[in-house]
Amino acid sequence: MENSALNIVVLVKHVPDVQLNRHLTGEENTVDRSDSILSELDEYALEAALQLVEARGGVAAGNNVVAVTMGPAGAVAAVKKALQIGAFEGVHLSDEALAGSDAAATSLALAALIRHLSPSRPVDLILTGMASTDGETSLLPAQLAARLGLPQLTFAASLEVTDDGGVRRAVIRRDGDSQSEVVQATLPAVISVTDQINSPRYPNFKGIMAAKKKTVTTLTVADIAVDPAQVGRAGSWTVVESAQVRPPRTAGTIINDEGNAGLLLVDFLAAQKLL
Amino acid sequence: MSAVLVFVDQPSAHGGAAALPQSTQELLALARAVGEPVVVLAGPLSGEVLTALGAHGASRIYQCEQSELFEYLVAPKADFLTHVAAQLQPAAVLLENSAECKEIAARVGIALSAGVISDAVGLDAGLNVQKSVLAGSYTVTARATTATAVITVKPHSVHAEEAAVPALPEVEVVSVIFGPASLAARIIDRTGKPASGRPELTEARIVVAGGRGMEGNFGPVEELADVLGAAVGASRAATDAGWIEHSAQVGQTGKTVSPQLYISAGISGAIQQKSGMQTSKVIVAVNRDAESPVFDIADFGIVGDLFTVLPQATEEIKRRKG
Ligand SMILES: Cc1cc2nc3c(=O)[nH]c(=O)nc-3n(C[C@H](O)[C@H](O)[C@H](O)COP(=O)(O)OP(=O)(O)OC[C@H]3O[C@@H](n4cnc5c(N)ncnc54)[C@H](O)[C@@H]3O)c2cc1C
Ligand SMILES: Nc1ncnc2c1ncn2[C@@H]1O[C@H](COP(=O)(O)O)[C@@H](O)[C@H]1O
Repeated sequence: MENSALNIVVLVKHVPDVQLNRHLTGEENTVDRSDSILSELDEYALEAALQLVEARGGVAAGNNVVAVTMGPAGAVAAVKKALQIGAFEGVHLSDEALAGSDAAATSLALAALIRHLSPSRPVDLILTGMASTDGETSLLPAQLAARLGLPQLTFAASLEVTDDGGVRRAVIRRDGDSQSEVVQATLPAVISVTDQINSPRYPNFKGIMAAKKKTVTTLTVADIAVDPAQVGRAGSWTVVESAQVRPPRTAGTIINDEGNAGLLLVDFLAAQKLL
Repeated sequence: MSAVLVFVDQPSAHGGAAALPQSTQELLALARAVGEPVVVLAGPLSGEVLTALGAHGASRIYQCEQSELFEYLVAPKADFLTHVAAQLQPAAVLLENSAECKEIAARVGIALSAGVISDAVGLDAGLNVQKSVLAGSYTVTARATTATAVITVKPHSVHAEEAAVPALPEVEVVSVIFGPASLAARIIDRTGKPASGRPELTEARIVVAGGRGMEGNFGPVEELADVLGAAVGASRAATDAGWIEHSAQVGQTGKTVSPQLYISAGISGAIQQKSGMQTSKVIVAVNRDAESPVFDIADFGIVGDLFTVLPQATEEIKRRKG
């Protein structure tokens, strides 16, 4: 069967806008989420999902794209934005018990959530961004794949799904420093994508109107059979003990080139002992 | 003294002049400071590498060169490292901060139920880790609360030097049984990239970077980089245009660099660019637009045309160096 329908989960995170000043707050030094948006890098994962299902006849042909986030009440905004851009349904995992989760605890909760979604319909692909723009650890996709026992195809700069007599495979290109690799795995798989993979679309008026009719399911840790002690601060294996603001850089000497700026630059480097 | 594992991936393939990559030398110096350094080595072990590992204080080496390590993405290397760690119960597992090593660390963390901290720039004897977050706007101290801490360490976090007393490492060849889930993401093709002969971007003492202002011609940046012994970096606008390879990109979705000197030419200084370079010690910017945000963070800024300023500086440095 050629191009059989796909059920794709896209993980989207609600993060502070990188264009604004970002802060750590509270005794636990967690990220202040007051001016947050859908993580820019997750838009590439959503776009990749939409392109895959559009090539397979879209929702009419039985394809599905579910935008999933884990975060406090306000994080549902990231799912709603994903619905406006084109995801078909949304899931918001929200629970007091999840506050302060590190990557390990987050991956535990998201793995349980994906297992919870699977009985009604097996998930074929889990797409994520290459990094969250707040934590920037890139740990989550590998930890999620490890917890689910699924192949990890990470830092995909291109992605294709092939169907070979019923065996569906994902093939990605991964660009390293010294080489570029083509990596392949059978579905289901966890795939993180880079900002090289596509150009994400913007929500249009039609998408914004259509999103109002799409469903967002809110789940708690009890719903996905996770023990509250395994997640949040209690279930995390790392703590942030203290945080210091780095004094912002200030502008130094700015000169206009009057024909000798290259020489003045060399004087500056010499004075700084950088030559 | 408890063991501290240092993961070393194919040291012979690093391309530099020394037997060990700079990152491995640094990790071993850190490991010596906090425990007994034990190397977990993926790939063949040459006599030269063995001697160098001993000189840097490695007391034991666990080696594996089973072909699966190199035929599948990440997971088999994580299994190998987990296998050794489960046996030795180390206080810490140290890896370099490359994308692949961070992912190996991530998986080892799950397998050992151990906390993982990435992007470390410092580490004390109590395994408290220093790192900078939110694009360099904060420095935090973090710690794993588990018996073993898995830590990936950025370049230049410590001064690499040989041990005062060299060790004669014992070598044990490990045979690992990989689970089916680890042999799932198969590398079916590889294309090597030509080596530039310049220092590695994240390790370089000096980086000269160019942006859209290069208008397709990286010559002035490369020539200045070469007289300074620097690495070449770029903005995403320049890499997206195909003027230079993607691996040269500095920023949020490229490399994070903190060299002694970063020279930015024809780059406006968007937040995604700044987040990859604003922890550099000294920043120099050349841009013909005085309003460019890059000037807000430059120690020395030149409002001018990079096509005259850079070549003039290059010639002057050549002249002074005679
Ligand atoms: C999700 C995402 C991730 C991103 N990640 C990155 C990243 O990792 N790294 C990154 O760099 N960007 C990244 N960007 C892009 C970033 O937002 C900017 O668009 C990009 O950095 C601009 O590159 P630039 O400064 O070279 O180009 P421009 O902003 O166009 O600036 C060019 C500058 O060159 C100057 N100039 C032109 N000609 C000359 C001359 N002859 N002499 C002197 N000056 C001259 C101009 O005055 C101008 O200031 C990302 C964007 C997104 C959305
Ligand atoms: N709380 C979360 N909810 C949903 N997705 C997440 C969450 N945290 C991380 N992710 C996903 O994992 C990717 C990598 O995140 P990180 O490992 O935190 O850098 C992100 O781009 C998201 O796709």
